[in-house]
This record gives sequence, structure tokens and C-alpha cells, in this order.
Amino acid sequence: MNFSYTEEQLMLQGMVQKFVQKDYDFDTRNKIVASDKGYSEDNWQTFAELGWLSVPFTEEDGGFGGSAVDLIVMMEEFGKAILVEPFVPTAVFCGELVSSLGNDSQKADLIEKIMGGSLQLACAHAEQSGRYNPASVSTTAVTEGDSIVLNGEKISVLNGANADKLLVVARESGETTAKDGISVFIVDASTEGVEIQSYTNVDGKNAAKITLTSVKISVDSRLGAAGKALPGLESGIDRATLAVCAEAVGSLEALLKKTVEYSKIRKQFGTPIGTFQALQHRMADMFIECQLARSIVIMAAMSLDSNDSDAEKSKAVSAAKSRIGKAIRKVGQESIQIHGGIGVTNELDISHLFKSVTALDVMFGNSDYHTKRFSSL
Amino acid sequence: MNAEFTVEEQAFQAEVRVFFENEFPAEYRAKVDGNIRLSKEEIVNWQKILFKKGWAAPSWPVEHGGTGWTQTQRHIFSTEMGLVGAPEPVPFGMKMVAPVIMAYGSEEQKQRFLPDILASNVWWCQGYSEPNSGSDLASLKTSAVRDGDEYVINGSKTWNTYGQYADWIFCLVRTDTTVKKQEGISFLLIDMHSPGITVKPIVLLDGHAEVNEVFFDDVRVPANNLIGEENKGWTYAKVLLTHERTNIAGVPRGKRRIKALKRIAAETSDGFGDSMMEDSAFSKKLAEIEIELKALEYSELRTLAALSVGKAPGPESSILKIVGTELAQRIDEIFVELSAYNSLPFVPEQFEDGFEGEALGPGSSAASALTYFNNRKASIYGGSNEVQRNIICKAVLGL
Repeated sequence: MNFSYTEEQLMLQGMVQKFVQKDYDFDTRNKIVASDKGYSEDNWQTFAELGWLSVPFTEEDGGFGGSAVDLIVMMEEFGKAILVEPFVPTAVFCGELVSSLGNDSQKADLIEKIMGGSLQLACAHAEQSGRYNPASVSTTAVTEGDSIVLNGEKISVLNGANADKLLVVARESGETTAKDGISVFIVDASTEGVEIQSYTNVDGKNAAKITLTSVKISVDSRLGAAGKALPGLESGIDRATLAVCAEAVGSLEALLKKTVEYSKIRKQFGTPIGTFQALQHRMADMFIECQLARSIVIMAAMSLDSNDSDAEKSKAVSAAKSRIGKAIRKVGQESIQIHGGIGVTNELDISHLFKSVTALDVMFGNSDYHTKRFSSL
Repeated sequence: MNAEFTVEEQAFQAEVRVFFENEFPAEYRAKVDGNIRLSKEEIVNWQKILFKKGWAAPSWPVEHGGTGWTQTQRHIFSTEMGLVGAPEPVPFGMKMVAPVIMAYGSEEQKQRFLPDILASNVWWCQGYSEPNSGSDLASLKTSAVRDGDEYVINGSKTWNTYGQYADWIFCLVRTDTTVKKQEGISFLLIDMHSPGITVKPIVLLDGHAEVNEVFFDDVRVPANNLIGEENKGWTYAKVLLTHERTNIAGVPRGKRRIKALKRIAAETSDGFGDSMMEDSAFSKKLAEIEIELKALEYSELRTLAALSVGKAPGPESSILKIVGTELAQRIDEIFVELSAYNSLPFVPEQFEDGFEGEALGPGSSAASALTYFNNRKASIYGGSNEVQRNIICKAVLGL
């Protein structure tokens, strides 16, 4: 039993911390959010040069190792800085889809470009009627000779507007919620019939609604076997879910730290508000929430890195997401409350951290959804 | 990072598991599963079985009869014990007074007291709280006045768990009233059979008396029963309070109880033709406590791993105490909810040995409310959960 980070993990953590301190202060971050693309291409190149985009991939795929613990080490630091670069959609989520579903030539082509920083990806999986169920897919994929024609509407596509290629989840056969019949297709964002409506989420990250109208692609763009993509899709969602859990742990730590610091300097009735026991115990509870959140994310990361069955891994991830959702509400809301009026302004990083964790609670399924999924597995 | 045990640790786990399966008497296990209390004789007998095996006091140093196990081995031992439902040895002797005697007692005191604690020949109880000194323990008033070779004790102690069984009591007593309250306290060992001691049971809300008030009326105690120096008792007691408390989080017991909840829920009708396992509100609650237990378990493992690599114990025990007791109380509540009408009959005798009446409802339904009532104590004893939050604020948050 060992809960310490390795030398390599400590180095990785140190590297991310150094970057964030030097190049990602709150003002810089807000300028990036307000920019055209909503992320910094320079930062993305830096990530590639530092090898961060290789972290999610196994050595077999040419990556750094693909360890889930490595991933949470990085994500936590990203969360502290409320970093908006599309690491999760491109490198983690789509990376895992390509890695688990793709054939050798697809992997060779896409993974190298992801790691090199020259390719942005987005997975179009969610639909209005599907809520959080990955098997609920009404977008259709019909084979016509050597082509496949896609029709449907996708929502909440993270990094949708910046993606060079989309990984589109569509149904080749079966009822809307059938587990069989689901495939993933690689679609150039510029393909005729792909309409992308870009918007910014409450956490400052780019997303899009994507409409597919008779989008014609080659039969070679299918990722994996026809109709058999659900397990791969779920493993991609699980890994992305773990990543956002760890991101939330970082943001919650930042909320706790900043709130405690503020309570020591903000004076009312002639004394720092941190001396009031009514507030002290709430901060103690915030600390406990942060610790439990960290523990359960570590548990889930260890499970993904172990020989656990797919169902056990999914169960561990759902346990983490379910518990983190609660910690998000508690720590987020208390941070705002203890800050008082200044906490509800747009000026402080507190409110941006709060908005960010609120989005993370929703992403890839909220607490209720994952509690139910935990029960069913 | 990994949560796996080494090959040696796995072998140890298997050995311990087999021992508990074979040596924890089946009739005791049946009682524990049915929420029936073990008698004093049964508790002592179980501790003597552990003693015979050499496993009575894993946390003691080898020179005094400890096992020499690592932190992880101790964790495995305590976990396996919890999973079969075997009670942890009564802590007052083994885990509370013994470490203080080892650290601050004289050679003569060590010889006199430690072997009998290890062999469970004497039963100890704790004399800390007083009617007017709860969370503010240092305000205690029971006085010890030196008279020749003796101290004369007057006052009263309360919440003495199993005081009715005890042969000895370790007490915090006031030996100086003129100084700061923490600086006038001494640590004294008192024979419970001394003239002038009266033990009065306190019936708790579950109808059972596991705690007592102990009155001291001119009780004469040999001065060589004083631990360490006079007026240094508070320092010794604080060391005791921070002394490692294994299994404070109660994870194995939680696992056993969640299993029982599932078993009982499957036998309990939801009133609409299904079992309670099919009830969506109930299964959500069940999932939530299972998830909370996982978070707690990994928090405990993280603490253990930190201790194993030599880090000093920090405020982690406060977190484990708060979350562990609050989760246990949540499980108590869910038992009551599941038991519905079957939780209502107030028949405390049914949990005593020899009760021959009819059990109501599936599993231990009728025990649920009484357990719920009794266990409200968990967030109050051992430093109330509010005191634990104060510790976190001071020690971690710097408030």
C-alpha cells in the first residue's frame, strides 16, 4: 500500500504548478476566456512541448504511460487555476476513444497529432433527449455504398467550435436506447452539412451545439467495429469523468484556501470574521469535504490503473462523481456565503471557481445520475 | 500509488481471517449479529482467547507483550476483526491507561499493572468527565488531598462506561486549586473496591445502563498510585487523547451493517408487491452511504499510509471521528426507516442474553430504534464533533 506520488508524478505536478504561477494568473485567464477561440494556442503548443498532451496515452500508443494517477495529478493543478484549455475534450476524452476503439492506422494518425498539439478534437455524444445516458443515441448513421450518411443534433459538445475533427456518436441500428448499434465516426468539422453553433459555458470553456444534415463521410471513418462502440464510449466518458473530478478537487482546494485566507483579513464588529465559530465550523466542514473528495478520486484513479473489471472501474468512477457533486455544492456555496457580498460579484476569482465547479458537477452526469449508476453496476 | 497489500501482508491477512473465523466463538457471533449484548464474562473470555494467541495488544511495544506488527498489519487485524463482528478489546485498559503507564509510570507501576491488563485479568474504566465538566474537561473538580502516604479523594465522575464491571479506574483529579486549571490536575489510579466508592448506573434512552456515575466519599488512595508527577496529569491525558486510535472510523462495522441492510431490505415488503430493495428512494440512500463509506475508507488508508512512512499523526483522526460517527448515525437512521412499524416496540430485554420472547420483523428490525437512540452518543463522546471541528480550525486552518 502506497499513497505517495512517484518522483515523476511530483515532477509533473511541479511543472504544472510552475506554468500556472508564471503564465496563468487570474487576469491572463480571463483574457483567454474573452479571446476569439476561448483558449490560447500558444499555451497548447507549450503543453505539447512539455509532454503534457502525451500523459493520457500508453507507452504502446507512444505516450507517457496513460496512468490515471498521473492524470489526476495534472487535473488538480488545472482546477486550481481554472484553466480553460481543452485538455479534457481533446487529449483525455477523444484520446481514450481513439485509443480504445481505433484501428492501428487511425491510432497512428490521430494520437501522434494530438500529442504533437496540431489536432483539436471534440466528441459529439450528448443529445437533448438522452440526458446523461451514453446509450441514448437518436442521431442516425446509414451506410450507402462506400459512404455513411449522418443525421441528427448534438448538444454540449465541449471544444466543439475549435475542433478540427469531431468524433460523432451515431446509431447504425436498434432502438434509441439500445446498447447495440452505436458507432463513433471521425468527421472533419468542415464537412458539408455540419453546422456548429459555438457558445461559452458558465465555466468559460467553449462548447457547441452541432447539427448534422445529410453529412456524407467515408466508411473508413468509423472508429472500431460497426455498432459496437458503447463499451469504448463508456470507457472514454469514465476517464473524462475522473479527469473532471480531479479538476474539481483542485478548484475546491482553491476555494477553501482563499475563503480561509479571506476570513482572516476581513473584519466586522472590530474582529476578523474567521474568529466567529459560526463560520469556523463551516470552514472545518469544507476542509472535510475536500479531504473526502480527494480520497474518493484517488480510489477511482487507482481502480482505473488496476486489473479491476470494466464494471468495477465504472462503479468506482461513479462513486467518485457522485460524492464530488456533493462536495461541489457544499464547498462552492459556503465559499460564496463566507465571502459575503463580494462573493457574488464577477470581480473575484471566487465566483469564477464557483461557476467552474458548478459546471463540473453537470459534466458527464451529475450526482444523482452517478448515484443511480453506482447502484445499477 | 496503489492500495494493494504485499504478498506477506496478504498471507498475514489470510492467517488473521482464518483465526477469527475459527476462534471467535460461533455463539458470540450469533449474538452480535442479532444485536444481543455480550456479557462481561464473554467479553473477557474473548480477550483471553486473543491473549493466548499473543494478539491481545497489537499497539503495545514487544517488550510489554505487544506484537511488533507494522501499521498496515495492525490495520488488517482490526479490519478483519470488525468484519466478523468480534468486539475490539475494551479500550480503557489496553489502549488508554496502558500507554500512559508505559510512558510516565514507574518501573514498579509497569510491573504491577501492565501484565494484568494484557491478560485481561483486571477491568479498567475511565474517570475523566464530571457532571459539570464535559467538553471543558480541564474544569474538573474531583479533589485529591495529600495526607501522609495517601491521597483523600472527594467528588464524582460520570459517563463511566462499564464502571459496573471495573476493578480499577484511572482518574484525573484536582491537586491544586490555586493555579491555571490545566496545571493543577493529576493522574491517579484507584482501586474500584476501595471503601467510599459508590457506582450508580445511568439508564440511557435505549433502556440500558452501560454507563455510570462514580461517587468518591473520602476515598483513601496510596500515593504510589500517582502516575508521574503531581499536577502534570493534564499533559499525560493529552498524550493519551492523541494516542493512535485504530479503527476510529468504523469502516469494517459499516461494511457489515450495509450488508445487513441489503439483506433485511430484500426481506422487507415495500407494500406495493416488491421488496424495499426495489424502492428507488431507499436504494438511493443505500448507494449514498456505500459511497460515503468508500470515501471514508480511502481517507483512513491515506492516513495510515502517511503514518507508515513516519509522518506524525495530524488532525486526520478528527476527520475520521467526525465522518465515521456521522456515517454510523446515518446508517442507524436508515435501519429505523427500513424497519418502519417494527422499530417501535420498546423491549430492551430482548437484547439481553436469555430473552425468549418473539422477535418482530425481519432481521434485527426491533433493535433499530434502540441502536439509533443509543448511538447518538457517538458524536458526543471522545471529544464532541464540535470540539473536533475546533481542532481542525486551530491545527489545519490556522483560525
